[in-house]
Amino acid sequence: MIALSDYLLFGAVLFMISMAGIFLNRKNVIVLLMSIELLLLAVNTNLVAFSHYLNDVTGQIFVFFILTVAAAEAAIGLAIIVLVFRNRKSINVDDLDSLKG
Amino acid sequence: MLHEILTVILLAPLVGAMIAGLFGRQIGRAGAHYSTIAGVAISAVLSFYVFWLYVFQGATEYNAALYTWMVSDGINFQIGFMIDKLSATMMLVVTFVSLMVHIYTIGYMDHDEDYSHDNPYYQRFFSYISLFTFSMLSLVMANNFLQLFFGWEAVGLVSYLLIGFYMKRESAIQANLKAFLVNRVGDFGFILGIAVVFVYFGTMDYKEFFAQLTTQKDVMIEIIPGVEWSMITVMLILLFIGAMGKSAQMPLHVWLPESMEGPTPISALIHAATMVTAGIFMVARLSPAYELSEVALSVVLITGALTAFLMGLLGLIQNDIKRVVAYSTLSQLGYMTAALGASAYAAGMFHVLTHAFFKALLFLAAGSVIIAMHHIQDIRQMGGLKKYMPITYWSMLIGSLALIGFPGFSGFFSKDSILLSLQATDRFGADFAFILLMMGVFVTAFYSFRMFFIVFHGEESEYVKTHKIKESPLVVTIPLILLAIPALLMGLPMIEPMLNGSYFAEAIVIKPENDTMMWVYNNYFHGALDMIIHSFVTLPVILALSGVALAWFMYIKQPNIPGKLKQMCPRGHYVLENAYGFDRLNEIVFVNGTRKLGQFFTRWVDVKLIDTGMVTNTFMAIAHSANGLRRTQTGYMYHYAFVMIFGLLGMLIWVLW
Amino acid sequence: MNFVIPSFAPAIPEITLLILASLILVADTFWSKRFQNATYYATQASLLVAGYLVLSSFSVEQVFTFNDSFVRDSFADVLKLFTVAITLGIFLFAREYLVQHRFMSGEFFVLGLFGVLGMFVMISANNFITMYLGLEIMSLAMYAMIALRKYDGVAVEAGMKYFVLGALATGMLLYGFSMIYGATGTITFPEMKAVIASGEADGIVLAFGVVFVVIGLAFKMGAVPFHMWMPDVYHGSPTAVTLYLGTAPKLAGFAMVYRLLYEAMPGLVGDWQQLIIIISILSMVIGSIVAIAQDNLKRMLAYSGIGHVGFLLLGVIAATDDGFSAAMFFIIVYAITGVAGFGMITALSRTGFEFDRVADFKGLNAKNPWLALMMLIVMFSMAGIPPFVGFWAKIVVIEEVVKAGFTWIAVIAVITAVISAFYYLRVVKSMYFDKSEIQGPVEIISPALHWGVSFVAILLLALGLLPGSLIDLCYLSI
Repeated sequence: MIALSDYLLFGAVLFMISMAGIFLNRKNVIVLLMSIELLLLAVNTNLVAFSHYLNDVTGQIFVFFILTVAAAEAAIGLAIIVLVFRNRKSINVDDLDSLKG
Repeated sequence: MLHEILTVILLAPLVGAMIAGLFGRQIGRAGAHYSTIAGVAISAVLSFYVFWLYVFQGATEYNAALYTWMVSDGINFQIGFMIDKLSATMMLVVTFVSLMVHIYTIGYMDHDEDYSHDNPYYQRFFSYISLFTFSMLSLVMANNFLQLFFGWEAVGLVSYLLIGFYMKRESAIQANLKAFLVNRVGDFGFILGIAVVFVYFGTMDYKEFFAQLTTQKDVMIEIIPGVEWSMITVMLILLFIGAMGKSAQMPLHVWLPESMEGPTPISALIHAATMVTAGIFMVARLSPAYELSEVALSVVLITGALTAFLMGLLGLIQNDIKRVVAYSTLSQLGYMTAALGASAYAAGMFHVLTHAFFKALLFLAAGSVIIAMHHIQDIRQMGGLKKYMPITYWSMLIGSLALIGFPGFSGFFSKDSILLSLQATDRFGADFAFILLMMGVFVTAFYSFRMFFIVFHGEESEYVKTHKIKESPLVVTIPLILLAIPALLMGLPMIEPMLNGSYFAEAIVIKPENDTMMWVYNNYFHGALDMIIHSFVTLPVILALSGVALAWFMYIKQPNIPGKLKQMCPRGHYVLENAYGFDRLNEIVFVNGTRKLGQFFTRWVDVKLIDTGMVTNTFMAIAHSANGLRRTQTGYMYHYAFVMIFGLLGMLIWVLW
Repeated sequence: MNFVIPSFAPAIPEITLLILASLILVADTFWSKRFQNATYYATQASLLVAGYLVLSSFSVEQVFTFNDSFVRDSFADVLKLFTVAITLGIFLFAREYLVQHRFMSGEFFVLGLFGVLGMFVMISANNFITMYLGLEIMSLAMYAMIALRKYDGVAVEAGMKYFVLGALATGMLLYGFSMIYGATGTITFPEMKAVIASGEADGIVLAFGVVFVVIGLAFKMGAVPFHMWMPDVYHGSPTAVTLYLGTAPKLAGFAMVYRLLYEAMPGLVGDWQQLIIIISILSMVIGSIVAIAQDNLKRMLAYSGIGHVGFLLLGVIAATDDGFSAAMFFIIVYAITGVAGFGMITALSRTGFEFDRVADFKGLNAKNPWLALMMLIVMFSMAGIPPFVGFWAKIVVIEEVVKAGFTWIAVIAVITAVISAFYYLRVVKSMYFDKSEIQGPVEIISPALHWGVSFVAILLLALGLLPGSLIDLCYLSI
C-alpha cells in the first residue's frame, strides 16, 4: 500500500524539479514552459492523492480544470515564444534582458 | 435657510476672485471688475440681511459646521459659522467697505500709469481684493480657532501680495517683506496661544472652549522652573501678541506705515478698515476668556494707550498724505485696544465700526487727491485744492471731523465711550492710559487738520498752479459719498444700545464688576443728544477743538511757525522723524542679531549638521541603496524566479520553524 | 445523484459579460478595418450593461450559488462597480493611444473585456476552483495584451517575463490550494473556515499551504520579494496596457486577498499575519527607495505601485473588518490615482513618442500650465499630501494598523511615505522649474482625453475634500 505521504513526497519532488528547471535553465525558453507544466503536474498529483485519501471527488474535478487551463496557458505561452523568436531571432532566456533596473 | 445664506456670503467673493484670477486674460478688465463686484455685492446684500436679522430681529446665535474635513483624536478640522451680533456686524462692515473699495478701484486703477494695459495686473488686483474679502469673512464668521487662524494667515497673505503690488518698486518689495516678517513675530505668539488652547482645552471650537473656561481658570503652568504663571494669562497674552502684529500695536507696529506702498484702495480696505481690526475683533470674540485675567487686560490696556499717544505724535511731522492717515490709523487702533483693556469691549468694537467707515473715507478721499495730483503724495506740493475738488473736500472734512471726535459725528460717540469707560475702571495702568488717550485727542485733532488745511486751504503750490487739477470721476466720488453717510450719522442711533450692553448682548461677556460701560451708562448717559450738547464743556472736545485751532493758526494764519519750531527743538523733531528709533532698534538688535544668529546657524547647524550631516548623508545613503537595489533587478528571468523561490524558502522556514 | 438547476440570478452580470465578450470577439473578426471603432463602442457598451446589471441587483445580503462556488455580496458589488468604472476610463484613454501608435485593433478591447470577466469571477469566487478560473481568465488576457504589439521586442519580452513568472506564481498558489484542500478536505471558503476553527485540520500542512497561498497573492499584487516582474512589465508594455495592468486588476487582487485570507482562513491569522508584515515592510521600503533611481516614469510608477501595495497590506495586517475596509478604500483610491497617472502618460504620448520619461515632463508648466497642474494633483495625491485623496487612503490604513497595535509598522510606513514623496516631488519640480527639452507644443490632441485627464485629477481633489461617502461605502460593504 502506498501511503499518502509518498504521493506528497512525489509531488514535492516534481515541484522542486520544476523550480530547478526554471532558475537553472539559461538557454531555451521552451524548457521554462515544460517546467511550468511539471509544476502543475505536481499540484495535480497532490490533489488526486488528497482526493483519494479523503474520499472526496472535488480534488479530481479541480485537476480537470487545471489541465484544461494549462492547455490554454501553453497555447498563449507558445504564441509569445513565437513572437520572441520573430523579434530577437533567438529564444535564449539570456537574451531577454533589455528590461532591467 | 440661514445656513445657505451664510455659505453664499462666504463663498461669493471667493468665486469672484477665482473668476478674475484664473480667467483674467479671457474675461478682460471689465469682466474682472464686474465678476468680483457681483460677488462682493451679493455678500454685502446678504450680510445686510443677516445684520438686520440679528441686530433688529434679535435672532439667536447660530453655531454650525459647514464642512468637516476630518476628525482626528477628537479634534474637529472644520469650517463652521458662529454668527451672533458681533460677527453679523463685522460681516456688514467688511462687505460694505469692500464693495465701496471695489467700485472705487475701477476709477483708481484706471489712472494708475505704472502698468501697461496689456498686463493683467488690473484683473489680478480685483482678484486679490475679492480674495481678501473672502479671507476676512472666514475670519470673522469662524466658530473655531483653526478657521480663525486660516483667515488670519490668509488676510496676511493677501495683505503681503497687495503691499507689494507695485512689484517693480523696490520700496514696495521691502515694505511687503517687512509687513510679512513683523506679522510673523505676532503670528508666532498667536499660534503658541492656539497651541495652549489645544493642549489645555483639547478643542478648537469656541463654544467648547468657553464652556471649559470655568474649570480651567485656576490652572498654573511653569515655563521657567519655579515660577508659576496662570495658564489663562499666558494663553491670553500669547494670543494678544498675535493681535499686536495684526492690529499694529507697539512694538509690532512698524509695518503699517510702510504698507502705504500698496495702492490706496488697499490702504483703505485692509490697512485701515478691516484687516487691522482683526486683532480687536479676536479679543472681543474671546472676551469670556479675557475677563478672567486682570494681568492680560492690563497689558492690553497699556499697550493700546501707548500706541494711541506715541503713534499720534508721529503723525505731526509726516508729509506724505497717506502716511498721515496711516499714523492716525495706528493711533486709533491704540484707542480700540485700550478700550478692550478696560473691559469696554463694546466700545472698542463700536470704534472699530465707526473707524472703518471714516478711515476708509479718509483714505479713499486721500486717494482721490492722489489721482487728481497725478500720483504725487507729498502734501507740501498741494494746497488750495478746495475749489478744484469740492466732493473730495467735503468728504475729507467729514472724515476728519469724525476722526477727531467732533460732537455729533460717529467717531465722537465711540471715542467718548472709550474715554468715559477708562475713567470708570481702576485696573492697573488705567489712570496712565487715560492721560495718554486725552493727550492723544489733542494730537489727533492737530495733525488731522494740519494735513487738511495744507492740502485744501493754504496757498496753491507751483504744481497746483501749473497743472490742471480736476475732481475725480463718479466711480471714485460715489463711494466717497456712500461712506460719508455712515461716517457722519451712524454714531447717533448706536450709542445707547452700545453703552447699556444691549447691542452685542450675549456675544460679549463681561464680569458684572468689570462692566465699565454700564457704569458710564448709569452715571453719565442721558440720551445721545444730551451727550452732544454737554460735550462742548467736556475735556475731550475742548482738546480736539483747540487742536484744530492750533493747526489753523500754525498752518494758515502763521505758516512760518512750524519751521521755527523745528529749528528751536531739533532733537524733538529728530526723534519723531525717526519714529522713536524703532526701525533703528530693530535694525541693530533684531535684524543684526538675527543675522548673526542666522549666520551661525547657517554655517554650523544648517550647512554642517543638517544639510551635510543629516540631509545629504541620508539622501546619499538612500540614493546609494536605490542604485544598489536597482542593480538587483538584472533583467534575467531566472534571477527573478530565484528571488521568488528564495522568498518561498525563507517564508517556509519562518513559519515552520 | 440528483441534479438541481442552480440559480443563475447572482451571476447575471458575469454571464452577460461572457456572452457579450464572445459575441464581440466573433464580430470583431468579421468587421473590416473600417469598423474598428465598432469594437470599441461595443466594448464600452458591454461594460455599461455589466455595470448596470451589478447596480440593479445591488443588495446587502449574501447570496451563494453554483453549489456554493460563487458568492454575490455588497463587497463584490462595490468592487465590480469600481472595476467597471475604471475600465471604462482605461478604454477611453487606450483607444487614442492605440490609434496614435498604429496598432489599433479590436483584440485589445476584447481581451480587456475578458480580463474584466476574470476579475468579476475572482471578486465573486467562493471556492478554490472559481478563484483559480477567474485568476487565469484575467491573467491569460493580460499576457496576450502585453505582447499585443507584435513587432515591439520590448513589449514581447515583458509579455514573456510576465507569462513565465505569472505561471510560476500560479503554480505556487495552486500548490498551496492543494495543501489546504488536503488538510481541510474542502475547497469552499465558509466550510474551510469552519474546519479550521474546529481545529481538526493538520496545522503543519495548513501552514505549508498558507505560505504558498500568500506567495501567490503577493505575486499578483506585486509585493516584495515577488515584485520583480512589475517594473519590467510596466515599463515594457505599451502605455495603454500598463494603464490596464496597473489599475483594475489590483481591485480583483485585493478581492482575492480578502476572500482567501479573511473569509477562508481567518483561523490561520497567526501564520499569515507575520508573513504579510514582512512583505508589507519590504514592499514599502523597496518601493520607495528604488523608485528614486528611476528615470522612466512608468518604471517609477511601478515601484510606487510596489510601495502602495505595502501600504495596502497594512490594512490586511490589522486583520479586522475595519482593516480590510480601510484597505479596500486604499485600493480603490490607488486604482483611480493609477488611471490618472498612467492616463496622463497615455494621453500625452503620440506617434513615435512615448512621453514616459521623467525628463519629458520638464518644463511642462511653461508649455501647458493646465496639464502641469493636473499632473501636480496626481503626484501630490500619490505622495499622500492633503487635501488630496491619497492622503486619506494612507491615513485610514495607518490608523487601522495602529489600532491593531502595530505602531512600529506605522512608523516605518510614514518614513517610507516621506522618502517616496521625494520622487513624486521630483516630477513636480521638473515640471515647474526645469527647461523643456521638447520642441513644439505639448498638449493632448483629443479633447475627450484632455477632459478625461482633468476629470480624474480633479476627482482626486474632490474625493480628498469630501472623502466621507467613499470611506463609508467601504466600511459598510465589509
